[in-house]
Amino acid sequence: MTKRMLLSANEAIAWAAYRSGCRVATAYPGTPSTEIMHHVAEFKGAINCEWSVNEKVAMEIGIGASLAGVRALVAMKHVGLNVAMDPLMTFTHLGAIGGMVIINADDPSMHSSQNEQDNRSLAKFARAVLFEPADSQEAFDMVCAGFDLSEQFQVPVIVRTTTRTAHTSTLVDIGSTEQGEATPIPYVKNAQRNVAIPAFARPMRAKVEKRTAALRDLSEASPFNRAEPGSGDLGFVASGVAWQYVKEVFPDAPIFKVGLSFPPPIEAIRAFARDLQRLVVIEESDPVIADQLRAAGIAVLEPKTQLRMMELNPMRLEQLSAELLGTPAPTPPQPEGHIPVRPPVLCSGCTHRGPFHILSKLKTTVCGDIGCYTLGAAPPLAAMDTCICMGAAIGTAIGMRKAGLPNPRIAAVMGDSTFFHSGMTGLLDVAYNRIPITVMVFDNRITAMTGHQENPGSGQTLLGEPATAVRIAEVARTLGITRVHEVDPYDLANLEKIFTDCLDSGEPAVVVVRGPCVLHEKWAGTFINVVDAEKCTACGACFRLGCPAIIRSEPKEPGSTRSKSKIDPMFCTGCNLCAQVCKFDAISPAK
Amino acid sequence: MTPPPLTSIFNISLVGVGGQGILLTSDVLALAAMHAGFDVKKSEIHGMSQRGGSVISQVRFGPRVYSPIIPDGQSDILVSFERTEALRWGHLAKPGAHILVNDMERVPITVSSGQYPAVENAVERLAAYPGLRLLSANPLAEQAGSIRTANVVLVGALSTLVPFAKAHWQTALNERIPEPFLDVNLRAFALGRDAIA
Ligand SMILES: Cc1ncc(C[n+]2csc(CCOP(=O)(O)OP(=O)(O)O)c2C)c(N)n1
Repeated sequence: MTKRMLLSANEAIAWAAYRSGCRVATAYPGTPSTEIMHHVAEFKGAINCEWSVNEKVAMEIGIGASLAGVRALVAMKHVGLNVAMDPLMTFTHLGAIGGMVIINADDPSMHSSQNEQDNRSLAKFARAVLFEPADSQEAFDMVCAGFDLSEQFQVPVIVRTTTRTAHTSTLVDIGSTEQGEATPIPYVKNAQRNVAIPAFARPMRAKVEKRTAALRDLSEASPFNRAEPGSGDLGFVASGVAWQYVKEVFPDAPIFKVGLSFPPPIEAIRAFARDLQRLVVIEESDPVIADQLRAAGIAVLEPKTQLRMMELNPMRLEQLSAELLGTPAPTPPQPEGHIPVRPPVLCSGCTHRGPFHILSKLKTTVCGDIGCYTLGAAPPLAAMDTCICMGAAIGTAIGMRKAGLPNPRIAAVMGDSTFFHSGMTGLLDVAYNRIPITVMVFDNRITAMTGHQENPGSGQTLLGEPATAVRIAEVARTLGITRVHEVDPYDLANLEKIFTDCLDSGEPAVVVVRGPCVLHEKWAGTFINVVDAEKCTACGACFRLGCPAIIRSEPKEPGSTRSKSKIDPMFCTGCNLCAQVCKFDAISPAK
Repeated sequence: MTPPPLTSIFNISLVGVGGQGILLTSDVLALAAMHAGFDVKKSEIHGMSQRGGSVISQVRFGPRVYSPIIPDGQSDILVSFERTEALRWGHLAKPGAHILVNDMERVPITVSSGQYPAVENAVERLAAYPGLRLLSANPLAEQAGSIRTANVVLVGALSTLVPFAKAHWQTALNERIPEPFLDVNLRAFALGRDAIA
């Protein structure tokens, strides 16, 4: 019996792996791809799955499984593929044996990312087959087809989702809920095929081009690429979710829907364009398909309407429609003025708040990194100078030190998951080259930002099995750092003492700030605080902690713009930082 | 406003603050639409939702839905879990749309820490929307048995404005809410439904 289900593309992808007989699945968390592995884990070990320490390792495990002859799924966000490009670029020379499907989740508009990059160019660069699903049903179908194609052509297959497709639920028919079977391909040791040394890699290189040529023919005839007839002489080529917006805004226009977009179906599109006066390519974000069509001599119009940066939407296509049809520009409804922004904030009781408060007080130059703790960059804490990519804090701090920055106090700050992902190598550089900076790991024992995934410090695997809980202070000592401390995140006086000692020591130092994530452990202290309005002088010191539990109360005196504070009992966790920064003893536990 | 005929697309935007249970609400709504026999899309951006940021989820249903994003100014209903968020997202609503607002306020950290002035006259500004329906969902949730069911009170209220049979809501709630919490949520749903009817 088939059953219609309402699934996000992430859920549909997990189902597709299960239905396709996938045996191995790996991922490192990253919005918007994270939920894929949560859903794979719901199959309770039917697929051998894990949180890998980073995307490079995840990719290499997928490669090993594929070479051993079974189907493998590897999932990551867009920047994860930067980390995993090295193995991928040589694997594409070797070629897959068991089907290998890589899920790459782009994030146009950077809803939860540090940059915008269109990884379709990386698929083309790697000569991998590229699919662009427009909804969850296509995500399911393309992953299933991807496993077959990958085996048939010995090619890695990339399925590019975006935040919108990954997190949109649509109706899906998965055929059956039974686990699928795929017969493993027996492993045969074959150095010429699987050992990429120059002598063997040269013939592989030629094979890659031959394979790509064969895939071009396949793409021309693929059911994922189709011309949808319409009226008029203005036509569109559209891929991924952009196709949905074209259908919405230009319901009657001829549209060539591209689902398998590398190699692109050039000749089919040439035939489609023959009867058209104008052809516009709608794709999110870079002109990847458009440029390949232009290179093949197909005239593609480049509209003046800006469609290259940020996520597309129907409103932007309405602007395009006005330009193309010569109608008056639409006047979108205007948002209300003067609404305060509501950015995400460190939770009340967060273990990251105290150390940032002290770093700021000590006027430290802080090379930051990516995680919940990046929120420490925002006012009022404003305790971060840089943030680049996962693991970059340490290298950046070393560079600042080598550049001779006048500030003697330079710290690199990262979370535990980030440290395991790519901080350890940077720390080894600090130890090896004896760089006088302080590396601070804000260790909350979990990968919090992406929704609390286990990591090598958590003591648990993806499937909840017990695992080693790596002690970061011991790693630091083993790498050769001698000045190593573990500190309590809520003891401000001790944080200040230890931070000052390390930052001013003139030698490499590591401070591990240890305490569980309050959101994850639902941690709360034994009391909550209240403000004594008599004693509060409205000095504002507690507001500068940026705690969501501390809110404005009455003005200092009538007409004053300075407010006293009060504490919202719904949010207070009793972490007691506020009482420690209050110089007037106005904050104490509620009776 | 009468429900549109089934030939067109019905659009609902749900907004609020991370942690208010918006995503569960939109799940229930989308499942009810599926059981009512519609094509449906539910789209949300929730990367930072647990950290107290502003959250939005959109549900569209009808004979065939393409774009998961509702064009600005095209929402037939705007449900806001908080007053400031209703103002922030007011431009999503169609002129004359139902604007269902939980009558409570969460002060953004940017205001409490003094970077932004507070929103003045939120209630008066909201009153300028003709379709405004203010509902005190929190006391009703407490009455149902848990403050945490305020979102389902809003689902109950919303159910009176959407063209699905009550049974479809029931099925959706059964599917989405874990067994131990079902009773209290069904009470919250009923209270929300009565509050608007
Ligand atoms: C290469 C790469 N992979 C994944 C991500 C997504 N990501 C952002 S922060 C983060 C985890 C941070 O965890 P941790 O360092 O433990 O800090 P916490 O959020 O717990 O404070 C991840 C996985 C990314 N930005 N870049």
